[in-house]
Amino acid sequence: MKYNRRRFVKTVAAGVGGAFLLPARGADASVWRFFTNADARLVDAITEQIIPADQDPGARDAGVINFIDKQLAGRLRRHRQAYRDGLIGVDETSRAMFGREFVVLAPEQQTEVLKALESGKAKGETWRKQSSAAFFRLIRDHTMAGFYGGPQHGGNRGYASYKMLGLDYPQIIGQNRYRRRS
Amino acid sequence: MALKPVNAVVVGAGAGGGVVAKELSEAGLSVALLERGGWTTFEQHGHDELISQRVTILGNAFGPDDERHRRVVSAGAGKWRTVLPSEGGYGNNAACVGSGTVSYGAMAWRFMEKDFRMRSTYGAVAGSTLEDWPISYAELEPFYEKAEWEIGVAGDMKANPFSPPQRRPYPMPPFPLNREGEMLQAAAKKLGFHPFPVPMLRNSVPYGGRPACIKCRYCVGFACEVNAKCGTHNTVIPTAIATGNCDVRTHCVAKEVAVDDRGFARGVSYFDANDREQFQPADLVVAAASATETARLLLNSKSKLFPTGAGNRSDWVGRNLQGHAYAGAWGLFEQETFDDVGAGATIAIMDFNHGNPGLAGGAMLANEFIRLPYLFSGRRPPGAPTWGKAHKDFQRQFYRRSIGVQGPVQEIPVFDARVEVDPEVKDHWGIPVARISGSRHPHDIEIGRFTSSKAELWLKEAGAIQTWTTVPGLGVSGGQHQAGTCRMGNDPKTSVTNKHGQLHDIPNIFVADGSLHVTNGGFNPVLTIMALGYWVGDYIRKNWKGPKSFRS
Repeated sequence: MKYNRRRFVKTVAAGVGGAFLLPARGADASVWRFFTNADARLVDAITEQIIPADQDPGARDAGVINFIDKQLAGRLRRHRQAYRDGLIGVDETSRAMFGREFVVLAPEQQTEVLKALESGKAKGETWRKQSSAAFFRLIRDHTMAGFYGGPQHGGNRGYASYKMLGLDYPQIIGQNRYRRRS
Repeated sequence: MALKPVNAVVVGAGAGGGVVAKELSEAGLSVALLERGGWTTFEQHGHDELISQRVTILGNAFGPDDERHRRVVSAGAGKWRTVLPSEGGYGNNAACVGSGTVSYGAMAWRFMEKDFRMRSTYGAVAGSTLEDWPISYAELEPFYEKAEWEIGVAGDMKANPFSPPQRRPYPMPPFPLNREGEMLQAAAKKLGFHPFPVPMLRNSVPYGGRPACIKCRYCVGFACEVNAKCGTHNTVIPTAIATGNCDVRTHCVAKEVAVDDRGFARGVSYFDANDREQFQPADLVVAAASATETARLLLNSKSKLFPTGAGNRSDWVGRNLQGHAYAGAWGLFEQETFDDVGAGATIAIMDFNHGNPGLAGGAMLANEFIRLPYLFSGRRPPGAPTWGKAHKDFQRQFYRRSIGVQGPVQEIPVFDARVEVDPEVKDHWGIPVARISGSRHPHDIEIGRFTSSKAELWLKEAGAIQTWTTVPGLGVSGGQHQAGTCRMGNDPKTSVTNKHGQLHDIPNIFVADGSLHVTNGGFNPVLTIMALGYWVGDYIRKNWKGPKSFRS
């Protein structure tokens, strides 16, 4: 099943619906390890811009957000504050440029916002404290790692990127190794 | 409470320390081999690109860990920043039994004759401490041979007219060329270059009781799945253990070498796996902890006679930190270059190591190891998009249609490129950490521009439709090929050890790692570090007459 935005929203809704079993945390109880549901929608939109779906799966289909969320609860904990601030900054830039928050912008507008971040000249209160370019590089690298790294870390669902590059995984050894001339 | 005395403590179970431990324990000395990391297995991280020796975005596969280790690195303008082991700038080598030899690409280079005589060959270079080694290639040659046979090298230098003299051939035949290698071989011959197969510390046939390489996609950055890669962890260290004389103590972090009031080492203080401080009395100490950590250990070993650290009376410990200024080129092709036959690096030339007009040295050039998908996502020509549809298109189009040719430019040593001990920052055990500063010599960049232009020429001849060069900038050196911080030499005023790796100041402390390198060759340095392990070990063995041997 394609993991599009509608399904994404449904997943989030299901998570909220199941929350009655847990101690009450309000209607917005997150289904994620680190992100709030709103954060997750934003990160999902950003990563899909960084690796968009075309004839091959993109960041969303490959579960890149799951990778980032999982790592921010684990090995990449030290980047939590950068994400907290950076995600606020992305919406500040988005509002400054197009008057609306990032997730509701048209794809072309989202591209423009990310280009502004990348240039280090993005508008927004947050970017007085930290560099928008540095935050963009961080989320870009994490997106690449989630998409092109191994599936055991939560991304690259179904070996999507390996399939795209024509790499068998696990690598099959033994069938074609002996045809080389000696 | 002091432990039972041993003849020798070796600090660091890497390329140099593993060899020395084996040489000494075979000669009947009792040896304690301290290693800050543990034994590794393939299963710990498998072929996980994101936790490997080349990509550390999720941490260091082979240590050290981010929780307990720190370094301080110059941030320019008198400012300093603290860095974690998995971050760029730390200059990490591995921390495990075998160290970098577990996960390396395993190129097995001998340095050339001129690499030992850089000052005589090129004269003084302004702003550099360029000097000759106190030993010649001919003196080290038998020890290269020993490393090649005891640890295991596959190769053949017959087609390479620039090869230094080799009395005995390699014990294993070379690896065949992969598709990249075949394309580059044809192109090199057209250009009049002299290509030959890269010598590798990796089994091309079963050797040393271990199987032949299965040519998987991974290799560099990973432990070997079938144990075909030859490191100290699966050769000399097991041999040392089998003598019954070598006690390998893992997860033990050396704090300092204790030096008595007469100026001799008494032993080594270290923290064991349970963070308890131990004192291991010894007749002699061998520091083999890497160019950064050996310098740190000696500088932290303060005593009455040597208040600025062991071996540091002339302020040369930690100086001349070198690595390699990797330069080269990338090429994109119309046809597929990728055949998924690992490890990938198969062909090299030594046409541009020396004799380059107006330049004091050069580099070997070889095709790159297989680039895994995440690493390749960062390989782009200048100005190319780093994200979005265009980036993805590039990945799809060129992952299987690109070749890299790179080479380690021999760095011109700089006195102020150095390792010190930080006055404030300490690690988990309270030991002052290494502080790294200084920059490369500008001439390294000039050499890199030249060798990268040759790499680009080679790729164009092989049919590349687009090429670009990569030349490093100035900046702190060191890294995986770190060397030079305890230079060997004949003059105690301008070196740390004598030609046997023995401190000028304290005769029962030896160094046996890349720290000894006067210059670092235009090659991956590991085989030279192993050869020096044999060289230093041989001297200790021959002069060992009992516990008082080096105390006069």
